[in-house]
Amino acid sequence: MDVKTIAVAMSGGVDSSTVAAMLRAEGNNVIGLTMQLWNQRRLAGREGMPEQVQGRCCSLDDVYDARRVAQTIGIPYYVVNHEERFEREVVRPFVEEYLSGRTPIPCSLCNNHLKFDQLLIVARQIGADTLATGHYARVEYDEQRGRWLLKRPVDHSKDQTYFLFGLTQEQLSRTIFPLGGMTKPEVRELARAHGLAIAEKPDSQEICFVPGGDYKRFLDAYLAEQGESLPDTSGELVTSDGRVIGEHEGIHNFTVGQRKGLGVATGSPLYVIQIKGGAGQVVVGGSEELYSKTLRAKRVNLISVAGIKEPMRVAVKIRHRHEPAAATLERSGEGEVVVTFDEAQRAVTPGQAAVFYDGDEVVGGGWIG
Amino acid sequence: MRRVYFDNSATTPVLPEVFEAMRPYFGEQFGNASSIHHHGQETRGAVERARESVAALLGCRASEVVFTSGGTEADNLAIFGIAGEGDHVITSTVEHHAVLNACKELESEGCEVTYLPVDGRGCVDPGDVRRALRPSTKLITIMMANNETGVLQPVEEIGKVAAEVYFHTDAVQAAGKVPVDVKSIGCDLMAISGHKIHGPQGVGALYVRKGTDLHPMLYGGRHERSRRAGTENVPGIVGLGRAAELARAGLEKGEDQKLAAMRDRIERALRQIECSAVNGEGAMRVPNVTNLRFDALEGEALLIALDLKGLAVSTGAACSSGAIEPSHVLLAMGEPAERARASIRISLGKQNTDDEVDFAIGLIPETVARLRELSPVWKAAVST
Repeated sequence: MDVKTIAVAMSGGVDSSTVAAMLRAEGNNVIGLTMQLWNQRRLAGREGMPEQVQGRCCSLDDVYDARRVAQTIGIPYYVVNHEERFEREVVRPFVEEYLSGRTPIPCSLCNNHLKFDQLLIVARQIGADTLATGHYARVEYDEQRGRWLLKRPVDHSKDQTYFLFGLTQEQLSRTIFPLGGMTKPEVRELARAHGLAIAEKPDSQEICFVPGGDYKRFLDAYLAEQGESLPDTSGELVTSDGRVIGEHEGIHNFTVGQRKGLGVATGSPLYVIQIKGGAGQVVVGGSEELYSKTLRAKRVNLISVAGIKEPMRVAVKIRHRHEPAAATLERSGEGEVVVTFDEAQRAVTPGQAAVFYDGDEVVGGGWIG
Repeated sequence: MRRVYFDNSATTPVLPEVFEAMRPYFGEQFGNASSIHHHGQETRGAVERARESVAALLGCRASEVVFTSGGTEADNLAIFGIAGEGDHVITSTVEHHAVLNACKELESEGCEVTYLPVDGRGCVDPGDVRRALRPSTKLITIMMANNETGVLQPVEEIGKVAAEVYFHTDAVQAAGKVPVDVKSIGCDLMAISGHKIHGPQGVGALYVRKGTDLHPMLYGGRHERSRRAGTENVPGIVGLGRAAELARAGLEKGEDQKLAAMRDRIERALRQIECSAVNGEGAMRVPNVTNLRFDALEGEALLIALDLKGLAVSTGAACSSGAIEPSHVLLAMGEPAERARASIRISLGKQNTDDEVDFAIGLIPETVARLRELSPVWKAAVST
C-alpha cells in the first residue's frame, strides 16, 4: 500500500481522535490540525455569560486533549488560527439571522466556509491530499454517474449528513469520513484500545460558541462587545387572520414551533407559526397551523445529481432531529427548489436547512427561505 | 528526516561547554549556596564566578547582577520593582509581552503608561521619548533588540534623554548578538535570558545599577542582596555564566559577522521570490534575525509546511492554544493584518552552518510557490 498523507481535523473529542489513531495505525502519514475558531474567554462574564468556560470546542482544554492524543499516537500536530474568518462567516451571520427572525445553523456554515474550505486549503498547502474528519457520514465515488456521493452512516442515530449538504464535488473528492461504517460504542472501544486518554470524554452537543445553548444571552453579550445595541425588533403578536392579541419584546426571542414564553393566556395552547421580520410581527396559532405542505429551498447545493430537470421523489429532512419525510422536488429557479411533502410537516423553520435524501444518498440541500 | 533549526530567537541549544560546566552542580556539588559549610562554599563560589562572567558581558559590576528565573522575571522585577501607583511609565508598542503585559498590569494598579509608536522600520524616535516625559515619569522601559524583527532601538540616545528617570532595557535578544554595555547605553536596569545565548532555560539576570531603589517581588531569605529571595538555581546560574563568557568571546572573535553573512545570504536568496519583503529593512538590526514577508499566503501554513519538511522557523506570537496571532510588532509598524500574517521569522544561532542555509534557501521558494498555487488570495491577485 502506498503511504498517503492525510490531515485530520482534530477537536479533542473521541471521534476525531479515534480517526487520527485509526489512520496512523493503518500506516498513513497523519498530520493533526485543530482550528482555533473562537476565543471562549472573549465574552466571559459579559451580559450574564458564564465566567468560566471549559470543556467546549476551541477551549484550551480541548486543544490540550487533541495535542495529547497527537503525542500519544506520534503524529505532528498544529493549531491553525481562523478566528477572523469564523467570526465573519459564521458568528456574524448567526447573529443577523436571529435578528431577522430566522433560526440559523452555524455548524453547516462552519463546515462550508471553514472546515471543508479553509482547513482543506491548509491541508493541501502543507502536503496532505486528503482531509479526514470525525463526522458520521460516508463518501464514495460513483463511476456510473461520475459523481462523488455523500451517504448516511451505518449508525443512523449519529447521522451528521444534515450538516454536510453544502460540500462540493471538489471538497468531497478530497475528504474521508473513516467513522461512517462504525457505531459510537465501537468508536469508544477503539479509542480505549489505542490508549487514548479521551476515550470516555462526553459528546459535545451544543453550538460551540454559545455556552449552555443560551443564544439570547450570546446575542446580548456579542452586540455589547461590538458596541452595538440590540436593534428594537419589538412588535405585535398576531393570529394568522391578522388579529392583534399582544405584544412582544423582539423577534429574536422566537423560533417557529415555540410554545413557551409568548406571554398570552388563552384556552388552547398557542405556537409561533411564522415570524415576519420586516413587520416585526410574530404570528401565533394553534398546533394545526404549524403544518406546511411545501417549502422553498434557496442556495441549493446538489451532490448525487448534477441538476434537477424533472420532478424528483426524495425524502426531506428539515432539521437535524427530523425523520426524513417523503416529498417531491422541483426546480423553481437558479439554485432554488420547491419541496412538496406528501404529508404536511410540522414547524418548517426559515434559516434551517432542507436536506434531500434518496435512501442513504444525499441528493443535495438548501436553506429554507 | 533532516532537521534544521532556524528559530534561535525562541530558544537556542545549550552549547556542550555550557552543559559540561553545569554538570557537576546536578551531582557532587549540590550545596545550597547560602550554607555555611564546605558544600555551600563550593556552590557560592560557582554562583559568584558566574555573576562576574555576566557582569563582564554587560559591562557592570558583579554586585549589580541579580539572577532570576529568566527574561520575563527580570523584566517584571525591573518594572514592578520601580514603578507603582501614581507613577508614569514610558514604553513602546513593540515590546515583548513580558514588558507589555507587565505595563498593562501596572495601569490596572493606578499607574499611567505611555505606549510610544514606532516608524515603518520598527524604530522608536528618541524625540518621542523626550516629549512623553512628565514630572511624574518614573521609568522608561524600551527594548534593545526586537524579538520578532531583530530591529535595534536607539537605546543610547534614549539613555541620554532618560538621565533623570530610571531606564530599563530588555536586552534578551541583543545580548551575545551585539555589544551590550550598560554604561554606554546609560541604562539603570537591563534584562537578559540564559536560553537565548546557548545557556539553559529557566535562568536569567537583571542588571540593577548601584543605588537603584528596587523593590523585590519575592520575599523570603536574603538571597541576591535581598532583591530576589529564593535558593539560587545553581546549575542554571553556572550555565548562564558560562554562556555569557562564550557570548562575549564569540563577539570578540567576530561570530556576529558570520551570522550576519548567513542572514544576508538568506535575505538575498529569498528576496528573489516574487512579492516578498524584509520587515524592518533599513533599520539597524541584530545579525542573526530576519523577518520575511511573502504576500498572499499565511505565515502559519508556511511554518507548518516547512516544519513537515524539517525546517523550524516561527511566525507572530503563539497564543495560549498554540494558534498564531498576527504579530503586534508588525501591526505597530503599520503593516495591515494580512501582511503581518504573511510573515515568518528566521533566527540563526552559533550551531547553524552554511549547508543549513543552502537547505533553507532551497526549500523555502518551492514551498512558497506551492502555498500560493493553492491560495485563493494569490490567484485573485495574479489574475488582476
